[in-house]
Amino acid sequence: MDQLLQKLISSDVLVYLIIAVIPLLWVIPYALFAVWLERKVSAHMQDRLGPMRVGGWHGWAQTIADIIKLLQKEDIVPTAADKRLFTLAPFVVFMGSYAAFAAIPFSSAYIGSGVNIGLFYIIAVSSLVVIGLLMAGWASNNKWSLFGAMRSAAQIVSYEIPTALALLAVVMIAGSLDLQEMNRQQSGWFWNWYIFHKFPFVFLAFVIYFVASLAEVNRTPFDIPEAESELVAGYHTEYSGMKFALFFLAEYANMFAVSAIASSLFLGGWNSPFGDFLSGPLWGVFWFLSKGMFFIFIQMWLRWTLPRLRVDQLMYVSWKVLTPWAFVCVVGVGLWVLLG
Amino acid sequence: MIETAARGTTVTASPTTSSGRALRTEEMVLNMGPQHPSTHGVLRLELVVDGEIIVDVIPHIGYLHRCFEKHAEHMTNYQQVIPYCDRMDYVASMSMDFGYALAVEKLLGIRVPERVEYIRIIMAEFQRIASHLIALGTYGLDVGAFTPFLFCFRDRERILDLFEMTCGARLLYNYMWVGGLSHDLPPGFVEKAQDFCQYFKPKIKELNDLLSYNEIFIKRTANVGVLPADVAINFGCSGPMLRGSGVNWDLRRNEPYAVYDRFDFEVQVGRGEVGTVGDCWDRYIVRVREMEQSLRIIEQAIAQLPEGDVHSAIPKRIRPPVGEVYFRTETPRGELGYYIVSDGSTTPYRVKARSPAFCNLSVIAEISRGAMIADMVAIAGSIDIVLGEVDR
Repeated sequence: MDQLLQKLISSDVLVYLIIAVIPLLWVIPYALFAVWLERKVSAHMQDRLGPMRVGGWHGWAQTIADIIKLLQKEDIVPTAADKRLFTLAPFVVFMGSYAAFAAIPFSSAYIGSGVNIGLFYIIAVSSLVVIGLLMAGWASNNKWSLFGAMRSAAQIVSYEIPTALALLAVVMIAGSLDLQEMNRQQSGWFWNWYIFHKFPFVFLAFVIYFVASLAEVNRTPFDIPEAESELVAGYHTEYSGMKFALFFLAEYANMFAVSAIASSLFLGGWNSPFGDFLSGPLWGVFWFLSKGMFFIFIQMWLRWTLPRLRVDQLMYVSWKVLTPWAFVCVVGVGLWVLLG
Repeated sequence: MIETAARGTTVTASPTTSSGRALRTEEMVLNMGPQHPSTHGVLRLELVVDGEIIVDVIPHIGYLHRCFEKHAEHMTNYQQVIPYCDRMDYVASMSMDFGYALAVEKLLGIRVPERVEYIRIIMAEFQRIASHLIALGTYGLDVGAFTPFLFCFRDRERILDLFEMTCGARLLYNYMWVGGLSHDLPPGFVEKAQDFCQYFKPKIKELNDLLSYNEIFIKRTANVGVLPADVAINFGCSGPMLRGSGVNWDLRRNEPYAVYDRFDFEVQVGRGEVGTVGDCWDRYIVRVREMEQSLRIIEQAIAQLPEGDVHSAIPKRIRPPVGEVYFRTETPRGELGYYIVSDGSTTPYRVKARSPAFCNLSVIAEISRGAMIADMVAIAGSIDIVLGEVDR
């Protein structure tokens, strides 16, 4: 795609700018839709209707109205806050989660940046989010925010280990860190997807990755950094207006990013499940987004069903359950690849 | 070293550097409330924390103090106190009125018609279910499960509908008067009440499947906030708090008032099924099982419901003889006692309410030392306080 654009436009800088903005065209409508979907899904799980008025059909315009409301709000910075860090934090958080979209392959013809270490880049750049969260918690000068920030730092750092190990199992099969290359290797029918390779090791790695990714994006049952009933709202307690909206946007962008990695690495990414049926660059986008949204739905489903773990139990799950099993996957797949 | 009572493990209070030297750490004072999502009202808990571990808890109350006792002395007659009783425990107003009406009736020495006795018990038990539903639903919310909360409110709504068709009010009823009731049961009430009993039984199972036996929920509540029976008795805990600790004590059975001695029901106690006796889960499950028992009482009361006039025994003018009375009843939160002193006039000389939630709350520091902040929320929720009643 970048070659095509380079033919049309002579300036390199302009081409890169356009490519950088394209994921935003997806992220923002997606976030608006996902917030609405979350409200509808939760409502129907709880015997309610959810938003029904704004926009007519099932309140589809509710989140747009919410964004307009947030835009109009006064931008409050607490007097005792560290103003520079306080203002910077939401941008760092959003930057961290948005940067991951650069290496996510939406289709066989489109990837923001076709670097050959795409997966490594995504894992590295999404760790930047922690810095933003710590900044937000510290700069707010609020004890609850600080607790939330400390919890999220500990949580995200801990859960990166099982996440990375689970992904490593797939990397060993693919022999590449390039996400496009990994997707191409899974083409054909759905039994070519990595999730069905080297059974049960990769399947186990998929489960580990999914559970750990829930913790990475602070979703229930691992939502303790923003545990509403304990920490009021965690690190974003003091935020309002568009700064709060940026945290929200980053959370939903992150949800999609981890779902996208799960579908790329385990469920064939942009490949059609049925061989050549409905395949191609454009259908690829459809399959990719559908798989991503499927995971988003599962994340919502879990959120509205399960209670929340306690901090020490969360650490227990990471270090004593997920990490050892992730090692089992790595060793299992490694030996299989080596001997088989 | 701080012994974390909840898990029986030890946590070092002073972290050390790599060279083994102790780092100087400070305890932090954290204000939980009065505006906090899980203090269930305007309770302020002053937490002294060492990281996530709680060193001490100091509850501060009084934000909702409305001078109930002083108000009661300044009404023009005894009946006028009842709306103020309503506002004490606004989640279980019927039970509050019930205790007051019984106390004044004992002072006056009057007997109410049989029909009144039965209707009062039906209402009090419906109120117990409604109150426990709030306790259980918000408890789910405290540990992070949102859906059970709305399921509980959905079912409570049906009970409020029943109350509404009886006396027109949904929260503060002013229904149980001294010597009778404000309204008789409306036509169709009995059928609707029976419908509710049939509807509600499967919903208890649904709640158990969704929350009570959920692995994460058990992990969060079992062995947390263990209240041993002797501590519970020493602090004057009552109701599900006391029974959760394995003490078989229910005023409805041990000191039957009204016509509770005519019904067949079991007193539920905590048995430590998933953890220790007296932990948060035990207190929770006692409430779930009490709802089943309340349904049993309601069904029996409806089957035996006699005919009669609910207004016949209401005195025209209440002027009790000089004297005093103490009467205690079992509300959803525990033992509610009214101590009323009469100087022979038409207003009480003194009314003192012994509030169950106040006594239950007093034990909070005892059972939460060494727990974590997340446990603190679970413990406070399991006590099931209503600040209107704590502060009066």
